[in-house]
Amino acid sequence: MVEDFNSSQPIYYQILQRICRQIVRGEVQAGDKLPSVRELAVQSGVNPNTAQRVYTELERLHITETRRGQGTFVTEDQSQLQSLRDTLKSERIQAFLQDMREMGYTDAEIVAGIQHHQQSEEGSS
Amino acid sequence: MSQHIVEFKNVSKKYPGREALHNVSFTLPRGKVIGLIGPNGSGKSTALKLMAGLLRPNAGQVLVNGEIAGRPTQHQHMAFLSDREELYPFYTIGETLAFYKSVYGDFDLAKAEDMLKFLQLAPDQKVGGLSKGNYGRLKMVLTISRRVPLLLLDEPLSGLDPMVRQTIIQSIISYFDPEQTILLSTHEVSEIEPMLDMAMLIFNGQLVALEDVETIRETHQQHLVGWMSTAVR
Repeated sequence: MVEDFNSSQPIYYQILQRICRQIVRGEVQAGDKLPSVRELAVQSGVNPNTAQRVYTELERLHITETRRGQGTFVTEDQSQLQSLRDTLKSERIQAFLQDMREMGYTDAEIVAGIQHHQQSEEGSS
Repeated sequence: MSQHIVEFKNVSKKYPGREALHNVSFTLPRGKVIGLIGPNGSGKSTALKLMAGLLRPNAGQVLVNGEIAGRPTQHQHMAFLSDREELYPFYTIGETLAFYKSVYGDFDLAKAEDMLKFLQLAPDQKVGGLSKGNYGRLKMVLTISRRVPLLLLDEPLSGLDPMVRQTIIQSIISYFDPEQTILLSTHEVSEIEPMLDMAMLIFNGQLVALEDVETIRETHQQHLVGWMSTAVR
């Protein structure tokens, strides 16, 4: 289909994550209108009930708001968007750290590794 | 209006020498897209044909929209997409739509014409000359355009190439009415999984499981194919 979904997470959650990333990257901006439930369903190849669940969850998390008769919009509340940025950031860092610690790296090694990697990236560009 | 769109009460169906369904009971909720899955010969088609009133159970009762299946008023409750080729080859696509409109009062002609455009079918093409893919698309148009509470699709994707399967899946998502229940049998499980609300697994004439697809992912951490193979082992 249009998109691939991994098997271990609910599909609605994977679409929700994708929309959150688009917002954090600025592809979708504060106050932008999101596609209708049916459009989202067709784009992602999922059923409209799943698409509806994505929007219900986004609204529950105060990332979007529904305007009666007009559709779903990204919130214009900058503090909400900032907290979304922070949440995604700490989620990724936490996952990375957990992964590295499981392999037995110390925090000092991890930090040094990141700095080293960054420097070599700068050097090559 | 009965609460469930479909109800099987202790249903058994025997063919000469073999029992296709054995004492099966379940109910299906309204407004869901449900995948009927299971290996070949497990009883999927039999279950669909019992709902469509094309077969009678040897024991038990099949209720569709609260009424016993197979009554003359059956067509008000459901539309059935057969896995066979059964349209008149001498009609054009446009004539086939008009024919359906004359047979079924609930046929939504405007929707059907809209779907033809979406699927790039020309109304003046002869049905007999259609490719397998376009024939499959046309059958989907004819079924989805019925305004009935239950749509039964028997292997709508089988034997079609990936491009055609994708447009058919998209046409279902774009055009079905969320108040309708869709029950479709298929082997292409992983392809239809994202569009399903529920999965119903039949094996050896028994109902093995009927569950929400998201629940399967959340609790078993598996997609449908994995879940299916664990369940029938």
